Amino acid sequence: MSQRLINWFKFASPASFYPLAGKMWPWFAALGTALAAAGLWISFFVAPTDFQQGEGYRIIFIHVPASWMSMFIYCVMAFWAAIGITFNTRLSGMMSSALAPTGALFAFLSLWTGALWGKPMWGAWWVWDARLTSELILFFLYIGYIALTAAIDDPRRADKAGAIVALVGVVNVPIIYFSVKWWNTLHQGASVSMTKAPTMATTMLWGMLIMALAFWMYSIAIALYRVRAIILERERHATWVAELPEMQR
Amino acid sequence: MKPRQKRLAIIVGGLAALGIAATLILNAFQSNLVFFFTPTQVANGEAPKERAFRIGGLVKEGSLQRSDIVARFVVTDTAKEIPVSYQGILPDLFSEGKGVVAQGVLGADGKFTATEVLAKHDENYMPPEAQAAVDKAHEATRTLKQ
Repeated sequence: MSQRLINWFKFASPASFYPLAGKMWPWFAALGTALAAAGLWISFFVAPTDFQQGEGYRIIFIHVPASWMSMFIYCVMAFWAAIGITFNTRLSGMMSSALAPTGALFAFLSLWTGALWGKPMWGAWWVWDARLTSELILFFLYIGYIALTAAIDDPRRADKAGAIVALVGVVNVPIIYFSVKWWNTLHQGASVSMTKAPTMATTMLWGMLIMALAFWMYSIAIALYRVRAIILERERHATWVAELPEMQR
Repeated sequence: MKPRQKRLAIIVGGLAALGIAATLILNAFQSNLVFFFTPTQVANGEAPKERAFRIGGLVKEGSLQRSDIVARFVVTDTAKEIPVSYQGILPDLFSEGKGVVAQGVLGADGKFTATEVLAKHDENYMPPEAQAAVDKAHEATRTLKQ
């Protein structure tokens, strides 16, 4: 174990991760702000009008990155859940619970902007097609995770229960992603895929990818910020917390 | 096996079992998960009878007729066609040659009476000039073929 270049297990301890997260989050927040400014500039002023949807299509610059984030954050939560159960690390559960509200936020944004986009383009706020329904289930999974972990007083037991929800629910993520391929849906196919050339004008694609990166940075920054609060709350009786410079005031 | 490896094995095994279960369930509910039926599926009798369902396809070019407030058009998947009548407001993106999903009942005469019409757009986003260029290219290939 000691032969490794970096000993990852060192950062699995809340006491050493707390200052690291404190050093990292401002950088991610600054990057996120800069990328969001650039992304919004491209989205509103540089990207051309769409040939059939006019200006209304611009909601894609929020809708698609938010949907991607909502699915990806759930996968990350499931990853931490698996690590937490396997290695019995305390930090993993804290990371999962730090990510959950952000994931829920993006799932909600995805549904909300989707409704605002669906009404003028399709003619309906909401339809029960496979894509929309599975994304709604994802939102409920986030809410369920938050509610379940909040309902159990002992944090270690809450983490274990939450980890099961995160792991079981992750089955839903590929269903969301492939729903438009497997079944007839009102929702259109994937905007960007690994296997074929993007079906968007280049500037539109850049706007969307930069916004997606901005959302990534925001998510990392806010998750690190939140995990610091969770660490302090759970370790408040530990001596290292009492010795922190910010506790000396 | 160390307890750690055992726990990892349980997680991997559990996820695999869940994945298989989800696949089987989704397969069993295949017909309930489709949002609409294509005209070919309707012709093959796959669509439910005596109950409202949705059909989807393209609005056939040159088939849209409006008389008073009733719109009549033909939904096609290029193989089969279904004539549709609809009384109400059509969505902005509704036009000939574009995707459409209509909910309603199929009459005994093979005509579909819709209660709701939704426009289905594709994942192509481009400026109008690019679309004009694409149309021109299609036009060119068509004239070359003739």
